[in-house]
Amino acid sequence: MRNLLIVIAAFAVPLAHAEDLAPDVLVKTISEEVIGIIKQDKEIQAGNPKKIAALIETKVLPHFDFTRMTRLAMGRNWRLASSEQQSELTVQFKTLLVRTYSTALTAYRDQVIDYKPLRARPEDMEVTVRCEVKQPGGQPVSLEYEMEKTSNSWKIYDVKIDGVSLVTTYRETFAAEVRERGVDGLIKSLAAKNSQSETRSGSG
Amino acid sequence: MAIAKKLGAALLLFGSLGGCATPGGNPADPLEPLNRSVFIFNDTVDGAIMKPVARGYRAVLPRFVRTGVTNFFSNLQDVWISVNDFLQGKVQQGVEDGSRFLFNSTFGLAGILDVASSWGLEKHDEDFGQTLGRWGVGTGAYLVLPILGPSTVRDGLGLLVDFQTDLVWRIDDVPVRNSLVTLRFIDRRANLLDTTNVLEEAALDKYAFVRDAWLQRRRNLVYDGNPPRERSESDEDSP
Repeated sequence: MRNLLIVIAAFAVPLAHAEDLAPDVLVKTISEEVIGIIKQDKEIQAGNPKKIAALIETKVLPHFDFTRMTRLAMGRNWRLASSEQQSELTVQFKTLLVRTYSTALTAYRDQVIDYKPLRARPEDMEVTVRCEVKQPGGQPVSLEYEMEKTSNSWKIYDVKIDGVSLVTTYRETFAAEVRERGVDGLIKSLAAKNSQSETRSGSG
Repeated sequence: MAIAKKLGAALLLFGSLGGCATPGGNPADPLEPLNRSVFIFNDTVDGAIMKPVARGYRAVLPRFVRTGVTNFFSNLQDVWISVNDFLQGKVQQGVEDGSRFLFNSTFGLAGILDVASSWGLEKHDEDFGQTLGRWGVGTGAYLVLPILGPSTVRDGLGLLVDFQTDLVWRIDDVPVRNSLVTLRFIDRRANLLDTTNVLEEAALDKYAFVRDAWLQRRRNLVYDGNPPRERSESDEDSP
């Protein structure tokens, strides 16, 4: 009987991965893991785009809800878009955010992250996980992850840096594009931005 | 303070224009066409002069020297930050920021080392624009100031007061003063290089991105990191 329990426990540990982790523990686990990899990998520090992309793809992306992020950035206009347009918007916005995040990661130096205690009730479906990034010569930068409970794990749907919400910052730009050139116009602009960045990072 | 006077006149002009709104745009930015042209001007000057200089500065000087420069100017700022703490009724923070200046000026070798931070006295960010905000003064229209960049009517007025109390601008020896002002400018730009790189990657419309990020950041600063939730934020989310 006891042996059986040990066997079950041994199998349960790897399975317990993202599913059962509390949101603040999840953020801390991902952050430490990613920072640990960056610190050891000289090519990532030098800005190797392929390696950074692979790191983000495997370690970071699964924990984001890009559909919700796109919906929030679109605001009222989300309902103007057909479901094909919605999924195309999500794909393009995701590409843009990932590229931005990669640029930010290469700027990582030895900043220290201070994880704040989570203020939430167990029944909460949405929480904010707070951290602070300490840096020399300046006030610490606050990082807040807005997270939602989904059927299989907690997912991030917005990141606030010093109170600046990633999603909200795109809202006015998206609204202006849709107003002037329609939903398809916005999709085209996003796609153009993404391919332009791609050629730039490819050439140097 | 000829600059300050001109700035004041410009602000009053901008402020009085605040009534005419462009249809459909960000309501906080009624002067968008004017602001956009100043933004393009700033961006051009930045690309031609400031960014290359900042890059060179970062390439030439080792990190500990640059951190020393940042700390030195950051320390001088702490005096005015402390005054603003008191003006906002934050007595404990005012005492802390005053102590930061005392400790860093002495034990920190004229502010080159930020010993206070390692002793648990954290750096704060305050200025007169935030103090006005704390007193209930609304931001007014969004403004892009020549060279100085994003601001609002309120924060522009705050900046005039910040200028008057700026210790570096008060140095009598003109060459020393000008060198320090220039060095501070380069230091600030160099510290922003990573941020502007991310910005280039992130923004679909750089002007709107900077504006919308900057307005959120100022709001966050006025409320010291805990701004009340805006109503529209959650409304538009419901599917």
